[in-house]
Amino acid sequence: MRGDVQTFDLAEVTRRSLNQALHDATDGASFEVVNPRGAHAVACGITSDIDVVVRGSVGYYCAGMHQQGRVRVEGNASTGLAENIMSGEVHITGNATMSAGATGCGGLLVVGGNSGARCGISMKGVDIVVGGNVGHMSAFMAQAGNLVVCGDAAADLGDSIYEAQIFVRGDVESLGADCVEKEVRPEHLDTLGRLLAAAGAAAGGADPGDFRRYGSARRLYNFTIDDVDALAAEAAVEREVAGR
Amino acid sequence: MCGIVGLFCKTQTHRHELGRLTEVMLGEMGDRGPDSAGFAVYDASTPDRSRITVLAEGLAVDWEPVAADLETALNAEVTVRAVHDHAVFSTDGDGRAARQWLIDNVAGATVLAYGSQIELYKAVGYPDQVAERYDLASRTGTHALAHTRMATESAITTAGSHPFATGADTCLVHNGSLSNHNRLRRFLEAHGESFQTENDSEVAAGYLSWRIRSGDSISEALEGALDDLDGFYTFAIGVADGFAILRDPIACKPAVVAETDDWVAMSSEYRAIARLPGAADADIWEPEPARIYSWSLAA
Repeated sequence: MRGDVQTFDLAEVTRRSLNQALHDATDGASFEVVNPRGAHAVACGITSDIDVVVRGSVGYYCAGMHQQGRVRVEGNASTGLAENIMSGEVHITGNATMSAGATGCGGLLVVGGNSGARCGISMKGVDIVVGGNVGHMSAFMAQAGNLVVCGDAAADLGDSIYEAQIFVRGDVESLGADCVEKEVRPEHLDTLGRLLAAAGAAAGGADPGDFRRYGSARRLYNFTIDDVDALAAEAAVEREVAGR
Repeated sequence: MCGIVGLFCKTQTHRHELGRLTEVMLGEMGDRGPDSAGFAVYDASTPDRSRITVLAEGLAVDWEPVAADLETALNAEVTVRAVHDHAVFSTDGDGRAARQWLIDNVAGATVLAYGSQIELYKAVGYPDQVAERYDLASRTGTHALAHTRMATESAITTAGSHPFATGADTCLVHNGSLSNHNRLRRFLEAHGESFQTENDSEVAAGYLSWRIRSGDSISEALEGALDDLDGFYTFAIGVADGFAILRDPIACKPAVVAETDDWVAMSSEYRAIARLPGAADADIWEPEPARIYSWSLAA
């Protein structure tokens, strides 16, 4: 934390006044938020290089659209944590519920505990490190970025994945459509080492060598031959109908 | 959208303020469901009597003569207490027979719940006002469920508000929407259940009622629900000695649970739980999809 810390007590002031102050802040400012009591949209839309520490659990869309700076939540977060994060860092010490890091385009999201269903859904470049487990359909339709899971992954991991990479240290209940295990090469160990270091204590000293890598089989990129047959049959019917 | 809250007092510590705490939780969920609200409170103060909660919306019923007639019909002692457009009958006679007599003999009235412990109130209006009108804050007891409704599948009416009773001392609140409720309603009607609304959640309640009537435990009935109900749901189900939670296999609708030595609470959102005494030190988790959770006083 740099400079003087400005404290907002959400039992006393409105969340809107907090978010406005964060939007008006200049680079280097530091903020502390107390008594969040599960409020939604805490510390959303930050666009300057500031530090925010939230002491307690937050509701939906905490640090949504995060663009610069660092948000640290000492507690749990509900649906849509760091949704559409662009850059910067969001770090929570506890658990996140559904859709953490959804559609994130860049930056780093660290969840110290578990993350619920659909973690990293449609991620587009964000790096996500989860100290515990992730729920079902995590990295669903993920397009770019890295999802690192130090614990286990629930059913249908990486369903319909494009080009993101998934690393899991524990068990994978099942892989979703078109998601397959892939070889871990030296460049993947480098990526893992960098992300685990960035996650700090949340990663619990995990060794990059303990992770398995999953990604797209790229079978959903094109029509299969069966689809071509179906299209050809349809075209033949159309020609027949047109010829009558 | 809709909001659900449930509070179960494991120890005596908070039973004297069950209603007040439930009202605080309900109030936090007001903007998830501003159309209407309802609550069910369980207390074991009259274990040898049956209570029947009746709604007479828009009717001016003089309840004392009704109680006198019911007394004659049951050949048992009956008392009645009016609470705005609701009335709560209490009898040492057969509760199920009393329920049926009230359905048959009070034109326009709806029996909301019956059992030895449950009282159930519901109304159209903002949840804070509904809680105040029926004096939720003053209630004591072991556990309570409450619901704030944003109507999707059927009209905004008191009858379409939650909770829905599913049998003696059993009720259900629902966040979500069912897609096979019309077909299932016809099936259940053919198997002896009766419905008072077009509401999808009432069908879920009727389904559980049918399964329990057929000999299932609440857990077995909920296992069946996973196979037979199609749609999105987070359910909280109140029973005489506790409550249960079930989310659909995709877990579209939110739920969070917190537990301390003194209480278990569930809600659609954490902010309802954050206001409870001891919440900061509670174990907090998200219930997993397609898994039945239950808490019981007997446990």
